[in-house]
Amino acid sequence: MVAAAAAAMALALAACGGGGDEPEGGGSGSGGADEVEVFTWWAAGSEKAGLDALVGVFDEQHPDVTFVNGAVAGGAGSQAKDLLQTRLQAQDPPDTFQAHAGAELQDYIDAAQIEPVTDLYDEFGLTDAFPPDLVDRLTASDGEIYSIPSNIHRANVVWSNPQVLKDNGIDPAATYADLDAWMADLDKLEAAGVTPLAVAQAWTQVHLLETVLLADLGAEGYSGLWDGSTDWEGPEVTAALQDFEKLMAYTNTDRDGLDWPESQQLVIDGNAAFTVMGDWAEASYAEQGLELGTDYDAAPVPGTDGVFDFLADSFTLPVGAPHPDGAQAWLETVGSTEGQEAFNKAKGSIPARTDVDTASFGEYQQSAAESFQADTIVSSLAHGAAVPVATSTAITDATSKFTSGASDLAAFQSELAAAAAG
Amino acid sequence: MTSVVEAEAGRPVDLGRAAPRERFTVGRTLRYLVLLLFVLVVLVPVYVLLVTSFKGPGDAAPSRAWNLPQVWTTANWETAWSTLAPAIARTVQMVVPAALISAFLGSLNGFVLSRWRFPGADLVFTLILFGMFIPYQAVMIPLNQLVLGLGVPSGVPSLILLHVVYGIPITTLIFRNYYMTVPQELIEAARVDGAGMLRTYAWIVLPISVPSFVVVLIWQFTSAWNDFLFAVFFSSSQNGPVTLALNNLANGALLQDYGVSMAGALFASLPTLLVYVLLGRYFMGGLMSGSVKG
Amino acid sequence: MPTATRRRAGVRRAVRRSGAPLLLLLPSLILVGVFVYGLIVANARQSATDNHTAAQATGQAPTTGVGLRNYLDLLGSEEFQHSLTNLVLYTVVFLVGTMIIGFAWAWLLDKPLRGEGIFRSIYLFPMAVSFIASGVVWRWLLNSNQDEQASGLNRLFQMIGLDALQNNWWNNVSVGIVAIAIPAIWQLSGYVMALFLAGFRGIPVELREAARVDGASEWKLYRHVLFPQLSPIALSALIIIGHMSLKAFDLIMSISKPANYQTKVPAVDMYVFKSAFDYANAAAVGTILLVIVAVVIVPYLVHTHRQGKS
Repeated sequence: MVAAAAAAMALALAACGGGGDEPEGGGSGSGGADEVEVFTWWAAGSEKAGLDALVGVFDEQHPDVTFVNGAVAGGAGSQAKDLLQTRLQAQDPPDTFQAHAGAELQDYIDAAQIEPVTDLYDEFGLTDAFPPDLVDRLTASDGEIYSIPSNIHRANVVWSNPQVLKDNGIDPAATYADLDAWMADLDKLEAAGVTPLAVAQAWTQVHLLETVLLADLGAEGYSGLWDGSTDWEGPEVTAALQDFEKLMAYTNTDRDGLDWPESQQLVIDGNAAFTVMGDWAEASYAEQGLELGTDYDAAPVPGTDGVFDFLADSFTLPVGAPHPDGAQAWLETVGSTEGQEAFNKAKGSIPARTDVDTASFGEYQQSAAESFQADTIVSSLAHGAAVPVATSTAITDATSKFTSGASDLAAFQSELAAAAAG
Repeated sequence: MTSVVEAEAGRPVDLGRAAPRERFTVGRTLRYLVLLLFVLVVLVPVYVLLVTSFKGPGDAAPSRAWNLPQVWTTANWETAWSTLAPAIARTVQMVVPAALISAFLGSLNGFVLSRWRFPGADLVFTLILFGMFIPYQAVMIPLNQLVLGLGVPSGVPSLILLHVVYGIPITTLIFRNYYMTVPQELIEAARVDGAGMLRTYAWIVLPISVPSFVVVLIWQFTSAWNDFLFAVFFSSSQNGPVTLALNNLANGALLQDYGVSMAGALFASLPTLLVYVLLGRYFMGGLMSGSVKG
Repeated sequence: MPTATRRRAGVRRAVRRSGAPLLLLLPSLILVGVFVYGLIVANARQSATDNHTAAQATGQAPTTGVGLRNYLDLLGSEEFQHSLTNLVLYTVVFLVGTMIIGFAWAWLLDKPLRGEGIFRSIYLFPMAVSFIASGVVWRWLLNSNQDEQASGLNRLFQMIGLDALQNNWWNNVSVGIVAIAIPAIWQLSGYVMALFLAGFRGIPVELREAARVDGASEWKLYRHVLFPQLSPIALSALIIIGHMSLKAFDLIMSISKPANYQTKVPAVDMYVFKSAFDYANAAAVGTILLVIVAVVIVPYLVHTHRQGKS
């Protein structure tokens, strides 16, 4: 009897405790007006600014649909991904969620958790507005497209500190034809006691790895790694991995405890000369009021000029979304010219659409937009465009093992081959 | 040979002095020196935490970890508070019911298992006790599915459920050991008066369990407050406790703000530290009882 | 009375004796039965399937039983062996560290001393703090930069002239995990101290006096009187600290990152598997951890159970 009372108390408390803490979502059905719960990890900084701008456009385009912010902070997306996994498993999906476009969606597709949006592409005229290369890369193996990209980032960018370079007798404006040329200057920096190349924890090392593979194998060779036409165990890959090994030798020893903003800050503060990071790093500079050309430089990673290593944030249509109409309205805004212009200007990335006027964008963004139109596009490995999650995890594990000294090059190469095959 | 730690069964602990004071000797000075050295070592992290939490943005960098602040500022404390306050509120909402319910269940169990000798009582106790030692990873995957399946909302409700369930073994242990020391005459007297088990529990045993309750409540409070594993698997930064929020603050932010994370770490630890400072004896009682003895 | 009736009467009596207690225990028994034993079985069953992908997890693709294959693959993989090695290393260092320091503190504080309470409180307070909170500052302290760019403990060593002690802490791929044991030792030595202190104090004064009267030297006193009295406590401490170390997760998440090879332990592997939708392997890791714990705990529980009976 007492125990029953205790159990009842527990349930009652659970009910009370549950009330106020749930994120808004699911049919609350407030008198006719539709809504859309948008699940992202854009909870702070320039990402939040971008989201806010996008919401502004959304409210204009679809005044009858209420925007519900389901943003989850923490871990640069890992918290959000964990929560999303739980919610999808519990069949309590948000109306739309943010995910990297490309192969990362494969798990959701296989698990029948997202709907194809190919008809929306026709409806919104996106197939013509996006570069054909991009549309190709967004199309899954079954011929359908499963998400609408809101922005494009470039991964193969090297950032430098001109002052540090000048102080060590290197011309900041110098461009390098390939990795070897670059390493000559990196040697000079090392001899002078400056950290030549800053890098952070495992995924940023994979990021570096992909740019090295891109530089040494070329666009076609690199793309071949993911569709099976390039041999992972071949000599070209071995050579690329050797370059990777050499580059890692130029990096800061405390890398495994850092995240990308910290390694970026090393360059900003002048404690390191170069770092390879995607162009979301632009936001760090903007926040600190620094100017392109004077305080920092950005260039394609040596050997990858003319190639745009892309990754895209995109929005999906989950199966069983509580408000599919609201979701569709959101997707329309995401793909629209006004939406993409507002969002990207605030976030620091570039639109996926080719018909957005970028005249009012920042200097770096304008050059990136030009490259996107003109260059060959390849998919990023470290950011979910080229391979699904399981492969990416296996590659990250193999990389961490290698860079921490637990495996040699040959073992590293085999592990990468196994990861890409499996 | 009687067990040495007998007295500590779920009682507040007094580790008082054992013998009269020694006179001043070289040995004594040496001891003081060594003890002081240890104090310095133990306080090193605290120094860094405190000092960094008062530093401004540029100052709070790893390279300046050992220097005193150039400018003492409380801005970090304010930011940390506003960032962590919702999570702290949720943690309180989670910890209090969990501690109360698991203490109550533990008391019931402890009483039954120590006083009502039915066949197999010891075996049941050992089986329950095993639950205290299992690594939670061994049940995490199906646990996730079970909690989802039961429809318990993630965040505070799930965590309450989990801390109650997995708190049962340790609370049962503490109470059982405590009740073992209750004189049998008390129980007999009640039985002679015709009281059944429930009556005996409610009217005789419960009133004298206060010290043990305090010990258990404090122990459960601390362990639920500091838990991270369940928080990671069963809640998110939107509805989770302060350990999760603190980890996000320290490890997940776009631009690392060390001063704020250090201030945050202090805030997150404040309640348990307060409990420790104010109710140290009861805290120790929990520690001792946590050690299983014969 | 015929035997059947007698038996029934006996059963009725037994039920009356155990009925009420069992009823009161019932909620806990059900909860523990389901949430501990039931889930252990469920976990083991899941670990015997090939449920490695998201598609299988949601039932879109079929799963089949694979017996012990996941275990064989895991235990045979270099990475998991590295995790296990790390775990053993961590546990040993953690245990030895806390036992030695805890005992040292208890021994130093045993003989009365002014300010003993303060020393005790200071040594014990780290235990009230969560691993996550302590990880925030230990991350800094254990930073692996050395010499010019040193910060954290390496810089401290430089400042007090112990330059040679600098090292790369947890970044070391073979023994880096030992560095993670340091915050753990810092937090839990106080606990061991409290146990031993209570142990020391619990030893009747007469025993010590008697030994001294018999002319026993300090060392003999410890060896033949105090240590035997303290051994049940030491055992307790070993068990508690040991099983805590096997669950090591919070500290690593706070100080290092899950992806880092140097500080991989099974608990982190489990988290990574789960995040990659590989539920079968996650479950297998959990069961492996359970077996390791059980190997130590079960004999201990059986021992105390038997002691309780006598």
